[in-house]
Amino acid sequence: MKELTFETLLAVFQEMFGATLFWLMLAAAVMVTLAYLYVLIRDRSLSVRKFLWAQLSMPFGAVAAVLFTQAVTNSHLRDIGGPVDVIVLLGVAAMGAVGMAILVYTVQSLLRRPGGAQAE
Amino acid sequence: MPALAGADLGGNPAVKKTNPFSSSRRGFFGLAAAGLAAAATAQAARPARASVTTNARIVIIGAGAAGTALANRLVQRLDGAQITVIDGRTEHYYQPGLSLVAAGLKPASYTVSRTTDWIPRGVTLLAERAAAIDPEARRVETEGGTRLDYDFLIVAPGLVLDHDAIPGFSLDMVGRDGIGALYAGPDYAARTWQAASHFIENGGVGVFTRPATEMKCAGAPLKHTFLIEDIASRGPAAGRHSFQYTAPQGALFSVPIVAEKVRMLYAERGIDTHLRHKLISIEPGRKQARFEATTIDPVTRAESVSQVDMDYDYLHVIPPMRAPQVIRESGLSWADKWTDQGWVECDQQTLRHLRYPEVFALGDVAGVPKGKTAASVKWQVPVVEDHLVAAIEGHEGTETFNGYTSCPLITRVGRAMLVEFDYKDNLVPSFPGLIAPLEELWISWLMKEVALKATYNAMLRGKA
Repeated sequence: MKELTFETLLAVFQEMFGATLFWLMLAAAVMVTLAYLYVLIRDRSLSVRKFLWAQLSMPFGAVAAVLFTQAVTNSHLRDIGGPVDVIVLLGVAAMGAVGMAILVYTVQSLLRRPGGAQAE
Repeated sequence: MPALAGADLGGNPAVKKTNPFSSSRRGFFGLAAAGLAAAATAQAARPARASVTTNARIVIIGAGAAGTALANRLVQRLDGAQITVIDGRTEHYYQPGLSLVAAGLKPASYTVSRTTDWIPRGVTLLAERAAAIDPEARRVETEGGTRLDYDFLIVAPGLVLDHDAIPGFSLDMVGRDGIGALYAGPDYAARTWQAASHFIENGGVGVFTRPATEMKCAGAPLKHTFLIEDIASRGPAAGRHSFQYTAPQGALFSVPIVAEKVRMLYAERGIDTHLRHKLISIEPGRKQARFEATTIDPVTRAESVSQVDMDYDYLHVIPPMRAPQVIRESGLSWADKWTDQGWVECDQQTLRHLRYPEVFALGDVAGVPKGKTAASVKWQVPVVEDHLVAAIEGHEGTETFNGYTSCPLITRVGRAMLVEFDYKDNLVPSFPGLIAPLEELWISWLMKEVALKATYNAMLRGKA
């Protein structure tokens, strides 16, 4: 790479998904994150019950992320060719798992006000 | 050339943009915040270079990867310059995608956009072909009769495929009777897949060629062979194919260490190699290709030439490549090198013409070893920009081009080797220690499949 700057990366991502989709996805990710922060601050504690559901959803998020990546790139598990590929695969799975967990936790918190349910 | 670290690719797209590396939720929002902060500072710190005021007349011949990228960068650097791009073609081709089209992995439309989509405001596009260049008078004339005087000329018209040099072959055969020719353009690449898929489904002998001249993306003939073999080995006629790879050169690739790796992979995959075999004609009726084969006596080193006929069920034709006629007639070509091909005489490091310092060559037409790839263009454009702007300002530029080129050498659907090298045949990996250049990796495939076109488009806009 000659010039790997933040601006280059931004331009590449915009070209990859199209400017509209890229900014929509970025906005969605930021909104989910903000909503997550909001419920954390609002509830002042992490609900273990909701966290359990969030954790249980993690494997599904991981598998979904891997399948999505393979589907859009014409690839399969047999294409894993070296350690770096395993790292990429685990990274994709981890991102899917964490993303799903945050989403599930946030959705639960937004749908169920605290007080009625026990905030443990 | 690929711009992205592996962790950025794939995964849940809604999350990964702000969260490429996190493994905990705390890390998640920490990184998201950092990302936003970085975005803010990047915006604030961006326009580092002041624009140069000038009334220079700059003419760019060619609106391909090189001409378009340079026009976009110059318009950002120069204030008041009169920049004209001359190109008669209304469609812009993303040529690195042609290999994927010819393997049925992408539609032809994947590689096609409109030339005007990429030309920035402030640059004039003259939709005509250049007909004559007079470097003494500093003037370009178009087919429509328009005359343009220039202070600086960028020669970036690409190259021409000399299909007529192969008797018996014509472009209307592509897609029928087992003939493919993916270099000829998006539609021909799609028709190449028609012919190749017929071969894949029915079995037979596949013959793959490459020309004796310099060529764009010397990895593509190898990739096409690898891809068709891979798809065939999983198809209904698996085991009923024979693969014959021919090349007029004495090695499979110009970089020795890569050539050896490909030799080993070909042996593993059962692809027979015929070096020093040049395709000279075909007989489509009999499905026979004729080659000029050169053998070298191991003792005397004396060369002897003979003709060899090979039967085929699928034949991939790559014709000789040359500079466009307007270049060959302009007096800008090398007089003592590549005389049958006409590449522009220029300095290897600066791409500046050796006899006309106000002329630069860029992209495929440049008379430098290697470098006929979009990856090279990406590295050449900032060099020419630097020397051009420096010349306007009245001093010498400092940037140099080291011959960098890159080839995501696809070996299977889903795997590639990220081969990057320079003039000296040294491997120059972008991610040393992380992405091994001579290993068939999924991450390298992901770069080709996902990130490369995006990087290319960003380059066209002058942003990468």
